[in-house]
Amino acid sequence: MELKFILESLLFSAQKPMSVKELRDVLANAATAEDAEEAAKPFKKTKDDDLTAALEELAREHEAAARSYRLACVAGAWQFVTQPEFSPWLKALVGVKARPSRLSQAALETLAIIAYRQPVTRAEVEQVRGVNVDGTMQTILERGLVEQSGRAEVVGRPALYSTTPSFLEYFGLRGLEDLPAADELRRIPVERPPAPVTADAGLATVPPEQLQLDESVKIKNEEPPAPGPTETPS
Amino acid sequence: MSEYKVQFEVFEGPLDLLLYLIKKEEVDIYAVNLTKLATQFIEYIDLMRAFDLEVAGEFLVMASTLMYIKSRELLPVDQQVVVEAEEEGEDPRWELIRQLVEYKKFKDAAASLQTLEARQENVFPRLPVKIEFAAEAAPVKSEVGIFDLLNAVNSVLKRFQEKSAGTREIYEDKWTVSEKIEFVLQILTERGSVRFAELFEAAANRAEVICTFLALLELIRLKQLVCLQPEPFAEIEIGRPVLAELETGTGPAEAPPENPPAETAAVGSTTTPAPAEASANGEDENQDKDDELDDDELDDDELDDEDDDEDDDEDDDEDDEDDDEDEDDGDGEAEAADDKKTQ
Repeated sequence: MELKFILESLLFSAQKPMSVKELRDVLANAATAEDAEEAAKPFKKTKDDDLTAALEELAREHEAAARSYRLACVAGAWQFVTQPEFSPWLKALVGVKARPSRLSQAALETLAIIAYRQPVTRAEVEQVRGVNVDGTMQTILERGLVEQSGRAEVVGRPALYSTTPSFLEYFGLRGLEDLPAADELRRIPVERPPAPVTADAGLATVPPEQLQLDESVKIKNEEPPAPGPTETPS
Repeated sequence: MSEYKVQFEVFEGPLDLLLYLIKKEEVDIYAVNLTKLATQFIEYIDLMRAFDLEVAGEFLVMASTLMYIKSRELLPVDQQVVVEAEEEGEDPRWELIRQLVEYKKFKDAAASLQTLEARQENVFPRLPVKIEFAAEAAPVKSEVGIFDLLNAVNSVLKRFQEKSAGTREIYEDKWTVSEKIEFVLQILTERGSVRFAELFEAAANRAEVICTFLALLELIRLKQLVCLQPEPFAEIEIGRPVLAELETGTGPAEAPPENPPAETAAVGSTTTPAPAEASANGEDENQDKDDELDDDELDDDELDDEDDDEDDDEDDDEDDEDDDEDEDDGDGEAEAADDKKTQ
């Protein structure tokens, strides 16, 4: 029996999303049961890596088959879900999902900053957004999308915030690495000391193009970098 | 003019407003003319004031930063005062643009999160209903009817018939119902519950069986015990009223052959007036079924007589008391006591 098909059958009948650990336990239980069948025994000690690989292969196969459903991994747990484009009929079948109201723009921005920069203090979030975030922090804390994850070792020991598994579930993300454009956004640390801009700072005649920046040079040098063309932000 | 008012509501802060103004200019963030931006920003603040909108502190801070940047650029570089914070080469223009770029990226990230949020709303997980394997129906311990009991006792009696077919012995009536009542109660106290057949295992002959059976009926009438059948045709179990509820069913033992499906009529709760009468009713039925059971009738009658005699004796005693005391109250009390006994 192939592992991926065993997992497929398990996920097909599972009451809830199954983590790799839970699936491993099921395999172990099936192999060690008193009346265990011979077929179940080889999977007694299946490694997590093998499980993950089999699950990913299964997900790829389902994706390739272009069915109305797919095997999704949300917050580390696997589950069969329907494709979003079939929602009109599913809503008619099971009703609109009981889901809290959509997040406001402010809450989404605050969440994005926390998600990419976690753990992060409230002050750092405010620095990025340029506004007070007390209200929105309260909202997303209450909704369990973020939580306090510790205290920063700086003056005042402000609270640090991180996202919760609920955050991943709410947005249907497999993990934090699954966040869109994660690499780009994580690369810019909020507290990086801003390097000076063009050498002619303060000159009344400085043309706007001299305000261009070269990020790689700035990180390495404290010296004012030579003005030059830089990457344009998307 | 009114255009601004509507748009203001969507700005999440001064950075958001600046991004909006930059976007309106259709220039790259890095290529923006900050002086012009400052002018526009302050125009906007003035507009908010004109509309009596509350201007958040952050907007004023941003406005002053922009004014500062603008004012700096009015002076030639050699005449500028080096501010302490700028000793390390910090430039407010860069600081602002860096902040704008960073904010823009997170705003975009928020937009993609919003897309994910909307998408996830339309994703439905497969949630199969937990498969309920039909649980084995808990044994219904139906109470046993009078005919069930009679059938059961008949099957016990048949044992003796087979043994003594053709011959007939005359026994001394050495068993009494009250003795057997004590016997049954003792067993129940010791063991909690007992199977019907077990009660008669030690019986030596029909008379003893019937004696025990009458004791059983009397106890049922007094609600001292209940008879239950775990399932149809199973052996009748005898237990204490409360304990019987807690007993788990024993396996089906030798079932009385003619036992009908458990009757719902409970002996204990029926209005059977007295055990003697109940057994008499049963006899009629038995007679119909089997003529050979005539002996039963005889025995039963004998026992009935005995039982009646006892009652009579009691009545006599009461009468004596009444005579002796010759008091109306005493008479009433005695009668009340009598009622209690017989009920």
